[in-house]
Amino acid sequence: MKYLCLIYDDESKRSTTPKEQLDTMMTEYGAFTEAIKKSGQYIGGDALQPTQTATTVRIRQGKISTTDGPFAETKEQLGGFYLINATDLNEAIQVASRIPSARTGSIEVRPIRVFDAH
Amino acid sequence: MSSEADVRVREQIEAVYRSDSRRVLATLIRLLGGFDSAEEAMHDAFTTALDSWPSDGVPENPRAWLISTGRFKAIDRLRRGARFNAALAAAAEQLAASAPHASDFGDDSLEDDRLRLIFTCCHPALSADARIALTLREVCGLETEEIARAFLIPAPTLAQRIVRAKGKIRDAQIPYQVPSRAELPDRLDAVLHVLYLVFNEGYSASSGERVIRHDLSGEAIRLGRLLIELLPEPEAIGLLALMLLHDARRSARTSPAGELILLDEQDRSVWNREQIQEGLALVERALASRRFGPYTLQAAIAAVHAEAPTAAATDWRQIVGLYEVLLRVEPSPVVELNRAAAIAMRDGPEIGLALIDAILARGQLTDYHLAHSARADLCRRLGRTPEAIAAYERALKLTTQAPERRFIERRLAELGADFDGPPN
Repeated sequence: MKYLCLIYDDESKRSTTPKEQLDTMMTEYGAFTEAIKKSGQYIGGDALQPTQTATTVRIRQGKISTTDGPFAETKEQLGGFYLINATDLNEAIQVASRIPSARTGSIEVRPIRVFDAH
Repeated sequence: MSSEADVRVREQIEAVYRSDSRRVLATLIRLLGGFDSAEEAMHDAFTTALDSWPSDGVPENPRAWLISTGRFKAIDRLRRGARFNAALAAAAEQLAASAPHASDFGDDSLEDDRLRLIFTCCHPALSADARIALTLREVCGLETEEIARAFLIPAPTLAQRIVRAKGKIRDAQIPYQVPSRAELPDRLDAVLHVLYLVFNEGYSASSGERVIRHDLSGEAIRLGRLLIELLPEPEAIGLLALMLLHDARRSARTSPAGELILLDEQDRSVWNREQIQEGLALVERALASRRFGPYTLQAAIAAVHAEAPTAAATDWRQIVGLYEVLLRVEPSPVVELNRAAAIAMRDGPEIGLALIDAILARGQLTDYHLAHSARADLCRRLGRTPEAIAAYERALKLTTQAPERRFIERRLAELGADFDGPPN
């Protein structure tokens, strides 16, 4: 079963966090990614540029509309994701709880939907 | 076959349904991999029993017979469906090939299934409301209508809650498992919380006409007994003790007219002594483990009350001490309020009042009716009548439960307050 782990964190804190702390976090992310690659749980994952780089696109009345910023303004912003393999939700929760940002922000775990072949 | 014998077999089947349907369901969920197919299969199995037991006789092990019949019925259903949907054919053959082992019907295995069912229904990935509804429906076997009535919500709303929860179990793949040792403390907390909420709703309904809905407290106690039979963890034992000790005071808590009677005015001779003895023994057992937590501590406090022959003879020193430990284990303003009330009993109302005022001054519990009625009670005892009236009026505004409202109104009347009476 595949699960998407969406990493939410308060990105405004990033500029005020001391450099050593950010470096530690990066090292932890590196180690975590390595660990789930080794265990076979890793399918993919990336970090995102901050929401100020986001563009929201819609088609309304046949016309494309683009707006600056993310779709929803929230206290914590989507900052990255992992796509993982797990036998069930318990295993996915275990993996998600080891993502370094779980300690500062939150991880939303969503099962990937599989459509019937026909 | 005489019809009299038929009636006897039918009664036997009903008895098996009452005693074993939850066990059968719990195992079928594991064998069939889903709640809905297991419920259908169980229904089919009991229908088949009604057809065949009167002529074939009651099988030696009815539970194993029902599980195995249910499983075959599920395979049949899939095969019939396979004519329209090829995917079902594969599912049917897979299920037929994975023949259950004899040990699947052994007592240990069945007990494990019951625990799996409890832990799955109380999974923390489900909302608290969904956990309660699912546990009462699947583990206790209450009908959807009964649960809806007990919680005063429309049956379709509750039915939908259950459907959604089952949908999440299926789609997010919440496993049908007893948690590992490492996960257990967290997961057990979630189970105990469900029991606690069900008991509380039964013991002190959050709204409505009656104070006590015995059906729900009784269900919570039954669940608590089942849980410690399957998994005798100290906090589970502590919670069962807490429920038994509170429930033992049930008949003393309300007057024949349905009016609320507070602990210090209760007729202690009608407390259920047998239940108190059982609760006291369980508290001892949980405390002896030295791994106890907040439920055991609350049970220990209830035990001190239960052991006091009269309200005046209550050992308030011990109760204050227990609240202090509880506050360290689980800091919360409500525990602080209870401790303040106990201190008022030990050291006098003035000291208790100062502590309650300090909590309210921090902006905590300002909308909690019991904080204001506790405050009102201490003011009343200090002869500070206008303040007592103001606090009771505040409490009245925040109370939705009819007997509690009437209690506060009685107190207001005793104080000579000129209030508007119940709003209608």
